[in-house]
Amino acid sequence: MEEKKLMKGNEAFAEAAIRGGCHLYFGYPITPQNEIPEYMSRELSKHGGSFVQAESELAAVNMAYGGALTGHNVFLSSSSPGIALMQEGISFMCSAEIPVVMLNISRGGPGVGGIQPGQADYRQATKGGGNGDYHVPVFAPASVQESVDLIYDAIPIAERYRNPVMILADGMLGQMMEPVTLPEHRAVRSEAELLAEKPWALNGHGDKRERMVIQSLHLKPEELEAHNMHLEEKYQSMRKELPKYQIKNCKDAEIVFVAFGTMSRIVNEAIDQLKTEGITAGLIRPITLWPFPEAAFDEIDPSTKVVISTELAIGQMMEDVKSAVAGRFPVELIYRTGGMVPTPMEVARRAKQILEAIR
Amino acid sequence: MKTVFEYTRGMRPVTTTYCPGCTHGIAHRLVMEVLVEKGLLGDTIGVSPIGCSILSHDYMNVDMCESAHGRAPAVASGIRRALPNKTVFTYQGDGDLASIGAGEIIHAAHRGELFTTIFINNAIYGMTGGQMAPTTLIGQKSTTGVDGRKKEISGMPLRISELLATIDGAVFVERVALNTPANVRKAKKAIEKAFTVQQMGLGFGLVEVLSTCPTNWGLSPVDSMTWLEENMIPYYPLGNFRCPEEVK
Repeated sequence: MEEKKLMKGNEAFAEAAIRGGCHLYFGYPITPQNEIPEYMSRELSKHGGSFVQAESELAAVNMAYGGALTGHNVFLSSSSPGIALMQEGISFMCSAEIPVVMLNISRGGPGVGGIQPGQADYRQATKGGGNGDYHVPVFAPASVQESVDLIYDAIPIAERYRNPVMILADGMLGQMMEPVTLPEHRAVRSEAELLAEKPWALNGHGDKRERMVIQSLHLKPEELEAHNMHLEEKYQSMRKELPKYQIKNCKDAEIVFVAFGTMSRIVNEAIDQLKTEGITAGLIRPITLWPFPEAAFDEIDPSTKVVISTELAIGQMMEDVKSAVAGRFPVELIYRTGGMVPTPMEVARRAKQILEAIR
Repeated sequence: MKTVFEYTRGMRPVTTTYCPGCTHGIAHRLVMEVLVEKGLLGDTIGVSPIGCSILSHDYMNVDMCESAHGRAPAVASGIRRALPNKTVFTYQGDGDLASIGAGEIIHAAHRGELFTTIFINNAIYGMTGGQMAPTTLIGQKSTTGVDGRKKEISGMPLRISELLATIDGAVFVERVALNTPANVRKAKKAIEKAFTVQQMGLGFGLVEVLSTCPTNWGLSPVDSMTWLEENMIPYYPLGNFRCPEEVK
């Protein structure tokens, strides 16, 4: 049954994963996502699932691979440096075609960085920190409710493509409290139902079929190329089927901001502020960061003066914005970094300066 | 006519790519014979990480997955938590388990994970071409230590069985060797016990198998057996380090 509650982001995210059918969770303490492993350690076993506190994020992601290759749904969470450690497993799971859902409650970097919110994992998430030709769909929620919905929906998406899916939510979303409507629990599937739906899952051959292998190693280059082309076909389907975005006042806007997650909420207020000063501004909010929603940029009115990538990172998304804009408009950048979050006034002021310079 | 020996159905009827004189073939067969005799073949999932034996899934007639270098114990932990009624094992070399995967094996043992590890110790990296492992003996030549391992530079070889035997969750730890028919029989007995420990839910079990690598040792298969006996066994003494009362 659906349930309305006031919840802290991280706890709501964990609950969404449980309701979505996550059976196994492997975690390691790292701020600002600690409420997730804590919640899972208390709650997951009540729903028949298992929680393991791994010895490292490296172990956690490999446990996730092991759990998920049996056909069971696995949820993983961490924060920026922890996600960096998981890249080996992410690349491996893409190669072996094992679905898991991962949540990055991102903070400021590089290195250990800080523990305040950041979006500087954009490149790590969308361009891949691991080796090889692979992609991971990345969803970027802007509220606790949207995070809950995207986590819940990501589980069947990962299963459908047999590929890891990432939710990139910054530390602000993890730590804030908001009212949230929790989705109903997905029906629990029996072992037999799981295996019928996922005939690739390992469960022992039971002396009834040939033994099966889940692998990542392809020593023959022609075989590896064929496998990579098979993966690329899936990525092409994702590019067609997954892009998701929200657009606001882009019809007659002088400025079009591009912002995701927490930053998009600040930009929304900056737009209201600019309006009081007689400047019309709109917003493209990518909900998928990979595939990047390029179609959204076709909706920008030709009279628009400037497109501004607005980030808690130094122009990481701007690379994709420039590629999507394809020379049609000037592209500028407003950012704070290292865990600093700008006020709406600050964004409005800097946007106004950029616009004046262009006029 | 009475059949006194046959090819175990635990092994697939294919030719392995292992080098002549390599003991992987013996170790594979022992593990598979034990699973067949225990009636576990159809309910087992194996994990083969990076190393020569990553290809063991071509030869062993059980469901298997590959794993990244050293991570097999984490992968096996995930499988075992998902499938509490199945049998799970990892088959790992010494570069894999004692070096890059040292953290994973220690913590799987520490949690008392209910799977069995077959640890193939041949004192060298095989697949990558004979580099020094944490288990390489003092004076033993390798491609990253052409004058032989020196204590001052690389420390003393790591004794994994002794190390793991200090961990409560590792309830069965035994070191065996494959250099003589008698030792092969003892190895099978130890592997059988390690799987019994898993079946009884008593904790984590590991069998360290002293093995040969004629190619990277630069010795003939026969000389390799002698080298193992004269050099490895004195430093890596055979025997049981931990065994629960229930399987003694």
